[in-house]
Formats: sequence, structure tokens, C-alpha cells
Amino acid sequence: MKLLDALWKDAPLATRGEITPKLGFLLTVLLAIVWLIPFLWMGVATLRPASDGINAMAELMPSLKPTLDNIRDAWEIGDFPRYTLNTTIICTGILLVQFVTITLAGFAFARLSFAGKTLIFYLFLMQLMLVPVLLIVPNLKLVAQLGLYDTLAGVMMPFFASAFGTFLMRQAFEAIPTELEDAALIDGASLFQRIRHIYVPLSMPSFSAFAIISVTSHWNDFLWPLMVINSPDKRPLTVGLSVFTKTAEGTQAWGTIAAGTLMVIAPLLVTFLIFQKRFISSFVTSGIK
Amino acid sequence: MAATMRSISRRDEMSLAEPAALPVAASVAPRLHVLKRFLDRFKASLPAYLLLLPSLVFLALFTYGAMGRVLIDALYQRATPKAPVRFVGLDNISAVLADPAFTGAVVNNLIYAVGTAVPSIALALLFALALSRTHAVNSALRAALFLPVLIPMVAASALFLFIFLPNVGLLDYYIGRLLPVLPNWLGDPDIALYAIMIITIWKNAGYYMLFFLAGLQAVPEDVMEAAHLDGAGPYQRLRHIILPELKPTFLFVTVIAILNAVTQVDHVFVMTQGGPSNSTNLVLFYIYQQAVEHYDVGKASAATLLTLAALMGLTALSFRTLANREGGP
Repeated sequence: MKLLDALWKDAPLATRGEITPKLGFLLTVLLAIVWLIPFLWMGVATLRPASDGINAMAELMPSLKPTLDNIRDAWEIGDFPRYTLNTTIICTGILLVQFVTITLAGFAFARLSFAGKTLIFYLFLMQLMLVPVLLIVPNLKLVAQLGLYDTLAGVMMPFFASAFGTFLMRQAFEAIPTELEDAALIDGASLFQRIRHIYVPLSMPSFSAFAIISVTSHWNDFLWPLMVINSPDKRPLTVGLSVFTKTAEGTQAWGTIAAGTLMVIAPLLVTFLIFQKRFISSFVTSGIK
Repeated sequence: MAATMRSISRRDEMSLAEPAALPVAASVAPRLHVLKRFLDRFKASLPAYLLLLPSLVFLALFTYGAMGRVLIDALYQRATPKAPVRFVGLDNISAVLADPAFTGAVVNNLIYAVGTAVPSIALALLFALALSRTHAVNSALRAALFLPVLIPMVAASALFLFIFLPNVGLLDYYIGRLLPVLPNWLGDPDIALYAIMIITIWKNAGYYMLFFLAGLQAVPEDVMEAAHLDGAGPYQRLRHIILPELKPTFLFVTVIAILNAVTQVDHVFVMTQGGPSNSTNLVLFYIYQQAVEHYDVGKASAATLLTLAALMGLTALSFRTLANREGGP
């Protein structure tokens, strides 16, 4: 109770004695612990030696003889370095093209007036609702017709334009004072020079927010790459992990599955724990990707 | 939109003020005049169009074009996988609607949508209310609740495969001992869909929490204080001040939750493949099965079309909210 009171010391005096908020808080703490259990199990099971047997697999107390065998097995069975490379290529490729498309389109919406602006705005807005994953069937056909079936470029292409990113950049560009651009205009800077040297450098926080959303969502994409990719050496992490899980499940190698899962999510978790604040605020702006 | 309306009404006022000016202007080659104005307008707009072009090309190919192709593909069918396509009209749509696997998937998806949206939004609200004040303890708890949002659904499924494993799995090991008969979480058609829902709730509640946290910032401090002084208890403050203030957040989060219920099916693929006996089949997984496993593009397109139509209905309801959120045209 002392501990709880300490947490409430900045609350308004009249409400400090209330019991309901504290019960809610305790319930949340309890649930937060439950929320972490799958992660805890993953860590414990990764380090558990196979000699502990299947019946001790669910034990959340760490084994007294921790081992790295599971990590080694997962590393050898699944081609994780290759999967990581593929996922990195996909995420980077998408992000680089998106930076170009959303900067240009965001600038047009923020600073230029043109015929049909309202119509085009709604065309972009529609993409927010028509999540690309719903259009997997027609898009797979198109990717095949473009000769991009079973290529990483085929996985990337449907995501090159981003309505969310465009709106995010529009908002960032609108906040930049026009006086800066006018000064550059007098110095004879072209449209692209103004975007490149004034708008882009001043919008870095929005770019990084967008990068976080874009990379995490495409790092986690599954159904679309599963359909486009056929060759094992072109699989991204998610598809690789699902195949790996299926294989290891047959032999009941749960320690290896835990180790494989850990390898797939570790990069994201580590980055999140370092840039926690930035991640959270980016996700708040995202809403719909 | 409002801007165009305003300019139109201003023009009307002008023509009312000088009624004689109109016929004169119209008599001087009106067609040429309109064309020239249109060209001028287009020329002035050209830089903007060029900037929008890269985005519009990809949107045209993979969003609007894709919708058009779904519409066309849904009208064609092959007699055998190798036969040429032929026009069949609405046959694909009626075949999909008559397919018990599809109607089953729709019913499952409705149960799944309600059964994931309601608990995860309720939990998100609880988390946000409990953790609204910022200090180190709350930040750590927020991070813990947010972790599942970051990881791929496939990774979450791999962990939950073991959690739901009969007899030796985490759930049976700790909780199952209290029950007389251990349920087969993923193997029992009556339970599997609910097991799948648990993963979704675990994964999404922390995400929706962020929006409620942001929404709570907007609750005016002085109103809350006045309510304290008037002796309003925590429940009354929630009911009469906080919840009305959070109404837009509720709307927004509900839309995302429904979208997620339709588009997140990775765990179905990894954990159950829609089984046992189609009890966890969801609409998008059905579409995937038709296209990839049965090579039936016609039926897959018809099912996509029906899903899109349903989502468009939802879109129409929330388009205004969304447009305002993005700052209007």
C-alpha cells in the first residue's frame, strides 16, 4: 500500500484516498505480467537443455544448466541469416521508394494548389481503408504478369505508394514557414532544390516516425510474401519462421522453436527498447498504416 | 470541399449583383473560353501532377487497378485448371454464397470481430486509465503491454502453439491442472476459434491503449478538478466526463479493430489452417485457400469482392472521421 501511495503522490489530493483507481492499477499490473509470460517462456525455453524432457518444457523457472544448443540448432535448421537479409532488403527497398513518393506527393498536397485536389485527396484516403493485404489475389496476378513472381521486388511493389506517409509528410510540410521557401525562391532555387534543402531537412522527425511504422509493419508481413515467394532462399523472416516452426513442431523441438522465434523478434525488440519513446509516439500517429 | 462551395456561392452573389454581365460573357465563343480556362488551369496544376505521379502510378496499379481486376476476374471462370477462361456472369458470386465454407467463414469472422474488438478495446481503456499519468513505473508497464504489438503475428503464433499444446503446454501445465478434463485448445472445433481470439486480444490491446492514452490527454484538467470538488466518484467521472470525451477515440479504434479482424489471419495459417473442420476459417484465409490451394481465381475474386463491398460500407460510415483526422482535402 505504501508503494501504491508513492505512485499517487502527484494525484489531486481529493482523489488520493479513492480505492477504485488503485484496484484498476493492480489489475493492470497483473495483466501486464500475464502479457509478458509468452516472452518469459520464450527466453527460458531457449536456454533449457533438451535433457530436461518434454514434461518440463512449460516450466517458467529457468533451468539450472542453461545451454545455447537450441540457438545453435535453430541457426542450423533454419536459414536465418538469409531470411534476415531478405527481410532487410524488402524493408529497406520499400522505405527508400516510399521516401521519394511520399515526399513529392506530400509537398504537392501541402504547398501547391491544383485542379482536382479534393478528388485526388479522396483517392489517396481510400488506400487507408483498402488495406493492400485484401487485394492479394489481383495483385499476385499483376506481379506475375510483370514478371516479378518469386522476386523480392514483387514483394515490395504494392507498398511503394503510401497514403499514410503522404498525409504525414503533408502535415509536416504545412508546419514549415513559407518565408523560408520565399527566401530560397529569391535566390533562384528550383522546386526540387527547395524540397531537398528546406522541406526535407526540417521534417526529419516525421520521416523517422514514418520509417518506424513502415519497417515494423513490413518486417511483420506474412501472407503477401508467402504468396509471391516460391524459392526457399528468397523467403523473408516471417515465412521462414512459419516453415521452420512446421518442421520443428513435428519433432516436438519446442526449445528450438523458442530459439527461432527469439531470433526473429530480437532485432525489433532491441530497437524498441532503445528508442521506446519514439516508437510509441510514431504508433500513435499511425492509426491506419 | 467547403472552399469550393464558398467560391460557388460567391459567384452566385456576383451574378445577382450584375445580371447584365452574364449574357455578354456567354456570347463570346463560350466553348473556346472554357477550353482555354481549362488549359490554363491544367498548365498551372502540372507541377503538382508531376509530383503526385509516382504515387498515383503505384496506387493505380495496386489499389484502384486491383479493385477493377477483382471485379472482372469475379465474372470469369475456367472449367478445368488448364481450360481457357469464359464469361460466367454472377455464377462465381452465387457459387461463393452457396459454399458452406464461405458462409461459415463469414459467421466465424463476425464472431471473431466482435469477440476480439470488444475485449481488446475494453482492456485498452482499462490500461490507459490505469497508466495515464507518466512516471517510470507506468512507462515500463506501458512498454510491457505494447511489446506484443511489435512482433510478427507468425512469431506470436509460434509461441502460442506451445502455450495451447495439449497436456505439456504452458496453459495445461499451469491452469489445466485445476480443470477435471483438459480441453484440446486448438483441436476442439468448439474452442479453437476462441483460442485464436486470445492471441489477437493479447497482440492488439496494447496498440489500442496508445490511442486511449492520447485521447485522455484531451480530457480537460479543470473539468476533472471541478468534478472532484463536487464530490463525483471515480465511476461518475468516468461515465460523465471521460467517456464522452473519448467518443471519437472509440469510433476510430473500433474501425481499426474491425479492419484488423478482417486482415490479420497469419495466426490461422500457422496454427490451425482454418481447421478443425473449418471452425477457425476466416474470410481472408478462405480467399487465400481458393486462390493458392484450389487455383480458383474466379471464386477467390468473388469472395474478395464481397469482402471489399462489406468494408466499403464501413468506410462510408467512417470516411468523414478519417478525412477530418487527416486534415481535410
